[in-house]
Amino acid sequence: MKALIRAVRAFGSFWWDFLVGDTPELFVAVVVIVTLALLLRHHREVALVLLPVLTVLFLAASTVRGRQRREGQP
Amino acid sequence: MSTSSTVVLILAVFGASTVEMVEALTIVVAAGVTRGWRSALEGAAAAVVVLAIIVLVAGVPLIHYVPIDALRVVVGALLLVLGLGWLRKSILRASGHKALHDEDAIFAATSAELAGGAAGSAPGRRRDGVGFAVAFKGVFLEGMEVVLIVVSLGASQHRLGIAAVAAGSAALIVGIVGALVARQLSAVPENTIKLAVGIMLTSFGLFWVGEGAGVHWPGSDLAIIFLVGLFFVVTMGSIAWMRALRPMAAEPSAVASERVEK
Repeated sequence: MKALIRAVRAFGSFWWDFLVGDTPELFVAVVVIVTLALLLRHHREVALVLLPVLTVLFLAASTVRGRQRREGQP
Repeated sequence: MSTSSTVVLILAVFGASTVEMVEALTIVVAAGVTRGWRSALEGAAAAVVVLAIIVLVAGVPLIHYVPIDALRVVVGALLLVLGLGWLRKSILRASGHKALHDEDAIFAATSAELAGGAAGSAPGRRRDGVGFAVAFKGVFLEGMEVVLIVVSLGASQHRLGIAAVAAGSAALIVGIVGALVARQLSAVPENTIKLAVGIMLTSFGLFWVGEGAGVHWPGSDLAIIFLVGLFFVVTMGSIAWMRALRPMAAEPSAVASERVEK
């Protein structure tokens, strides 16, 4: 039983590290992108512009956050 | 599925596998040198077998039983998480805001750690539990990302075989090169490869999220090439912009950096 619990914990820990880890903003970004893609399926033109632009903005924001964290700023 | 997207798929899987296998091989070599080659190689081989089984067990049912659109949305999301993370890290490294991945430092740290726990046991031909476990863990953990990429890209494009062969080829080549140059793995331009793969994974991820959700890209698979170009330009621009900001001294230890931010 203990081995099973340990295995489940390790499995959960792996996925948590993989999906969230130390960049939770990227996980949130992907959730937003997927949600918008599903919501905008009938507004193709808007989605085709918005999805790449949002992806670029989220990447830039996360990179800046990474730099600030290394500088010790909030 | 067009030739262009198949080529990008092969490049992405091959590149990702190369980067991860270089990291895994560093740990295996450290375990081999300090605890004995027999246990280290057995540990690495066992991990490869387990990873191959995971690809078969997870990949084949995905292709046959999960609706393709749902699969593409989930796979796209996973690739986006992975790709954006790799891109972010590569931009920070290329612009001098994060220490480069240093295989020499990782090798030295792993060797020191293993040698410290090896009191009285010289590396030899007999089995060593620690050497086996360290090599197995190193290959398994580094390989899991490759498995995720192989299964997700392979399943979403119904090209699991091609993806697996690309990953296996990269592992084989890294293994042969590693055996020849042993401790000179630091010569492999890991950050550049990681950056290129990050661009491809992000492009594939966004493409599949759109396709799976019903937002069909103009030009179908050719849109992947456009997205690769877009993220390439954005990445280069980001690196130039980050370099222009006040440069900071990189951390002296890449090992510490890797442990804090995997």
